Amino acid sequence: MAFIPGTSRREMEEHRFHPLVFIVAPLLAIFLQVYLPLRFPGIAVLNLPLLIVIYFAVSRRSPIAGTLIGLIIGMIQDAMTHLPLGINGIIDCVIGYMAASIGVRIDVDNPGTRLIMNFLFILLGSVLHVLILSRLLGTHEAWSWMHELIRATVNALIGVILFALLDRLRRRE
Amino acid sequence: MESFLSRYRNPLILLAVVLAQMLGLAVQVRRPTTGPGGRQDGHQTRLVRLWVATLFSPFERVFLFSGHGVSHVWENYLDLRHVRDQNQQLQAELNRIRLEEASLAEEARQDLRLQKLLAFQQQYVSKTVAAHVIGTSGTDLSRILLIDKGAHDGLQPDMPVITPDGIVGKVRDVFPHTAQILEINDPTSGLGVILTQTRLRGILRGNTAGQTEIIDVLPDERIQSGEQVVTSGGDQVYPRGLPVGTVERVVNDPERNPYVAIRIRPSVNLSRLDEVLVITQVTDTVPTAMQQDVATSEQKAADILAQRLPSIPPAAIGPDGKPTDSNAPPSPVRPPSALHPDRFTPGATPAATSLTPDAPYPKQTFPPSPQSTSARTAHENGAAAMSPSPDKHAPAAKHAPTPTEPQN
Repeated sequence: MAFIPGTSRREMEEHRFHPLVFIVAPLLAIFLQVYLPLRFPGIAVLNLPLLIVIYFAVSRRSPIAGTLIGLIIGMIQDAMTHLPLGINGIIDCVIGYMAASIGVRIDVDNPGTRLIMNFLFILLGSVLHVLILSRLLGTHEAWSWMHELIRATVNALIGVILFALLDRLRRRE
Repeated sequence: MESFLSRYRNPLILLAVVLAQMLGLAVQVRRPTTGPGGRQDGHQTRLVRLWVATLFSPFERVFLFSGHGVSHVWENYLDLRHVRDQNQQLQAELNRIRLEEASLAEEARQDLRLQKLLAFQQQYVSKTVAAHVIGTSGTDLSRILLIDKGAHDGLQPDMPVITPDGIVGKVRDVFPHTAQILEINDPTSGLGVILTQTRLRGILRGNTAGQTEIIDVLPDERIQSGEQVVTSGGDQVYPRGLPVGTVERVVNDPERNPYVAIRIRPSVNLSRLDEVLVITQVTDTVPTAMQQDVATSEQKAADILAQRLPSIPPAAIGPDGKPTDSNAPPSPVRPPSALHPDRFTPGATPAATSLTPDAPYPKQTFPPSPQSTSARTAHENGAAAMSPSPDKHAPAAKHAPTPTEPQN
């Protein structure tokens, strides 16, 4: 994992996108997330909206922006379920904040770094989900390490491909 | 203070946003609005869900129907190639099913009579609304489907949702043009079920892995895999008798010792649903359409049986009582009427209800049959012509039984 010295902030310019990308990409990810499982039930294991949150958070390199992106996308995800609003909102906020904070310090353009980062954030998301449901809402949630590891691995691999596609939408300075 | 805020601005904003959402969660959990069938969302929460559903459902409809259009064109072409053979097979199958239905109709009528006698309240599905599934919740932690029918189509919360194969779930949130369906394999769902053979009742619900199971069941050796599970009607949501699934296996439930859980394989493939039926109306009487179906099936069954069974067509009878067609089959042979009616003649024996114990046997009168009367007349005429002395025949005539003579 390539760490960037704190003095080279000039090199870590935030990536810029067309404003429409910030709107269309998350909405498209949410749409695919709710539509594709009708045709391919196994796709429900993916978490495309969270991958989008991670990508934009590390690209913007602003913790506040990461928090707000996570808040909006997480709330939309919650609204598509029957669970109380705020579960995915909290998870995406925390991960968006952490991803933006990490993006300031490490080179997140490297595919290997992206793979590890996505794996850890998806795993963290599952842990937060169980904690929120069991501690805040008082419901019983079963935890399967194997299932969560597989989920994190699949999402990390898909995330690397997704990030490469989104890189093409960057604005050239 | 200002330096503190500026230094820790980012984590403070994160903390504020997370705390605000936790507060919102607490409010939603603490003050649920209870609807007719259970917990419902509050007004604000429902509003957010409505906005999101309104935002995404048009795109889902477009994708769904455009995909259906392309697939239908191809499928129609393939179907047309085999439609004749398939039509014959379906016709044969329909005839067989009508025969079976007709044989069951009488049992159904008897069942209805018994239910009326016992004042048993049976509910029948009388009205349904067909809907397309246009979306999911997007996560396997919430088993929710989005359909393209809503309040404008008469849908209301807690209406049962089925397919011809069995139960799917129930309507949860209803929006003007869309609605959320809570599937039976969601952990928050629950429906009353009964095992058809062992008659065990229980509550079926989903687990976090998306499997359906009947919980809080005492171990019973009679429970075998493959046994049918149907709705019991006790939950006041699902009509009684709808198929739910089959028993897969019995598993231990460590959280509810000594109870076990019965794992159920749903009769509906919940992960691949295109169209569903929302039951919008149930009645206590047999729907008119069902009655007409039974009547039609009985008539059709009679026709089918008449065609299949060997029979003799009725011959045309002429005015002289003989068949006009020489090739017509002969009329059935009937026994000739008795020359001398006696106690063995059909209809001559008195009814058992008219008899009294220890009473003398009543005298019987036998009407003279036409043949015996004409034979006797001919005999007497012939005897009178051959013998001048009628006294020779007097003893013989005396031994002949008279109609009024007692037989015993």
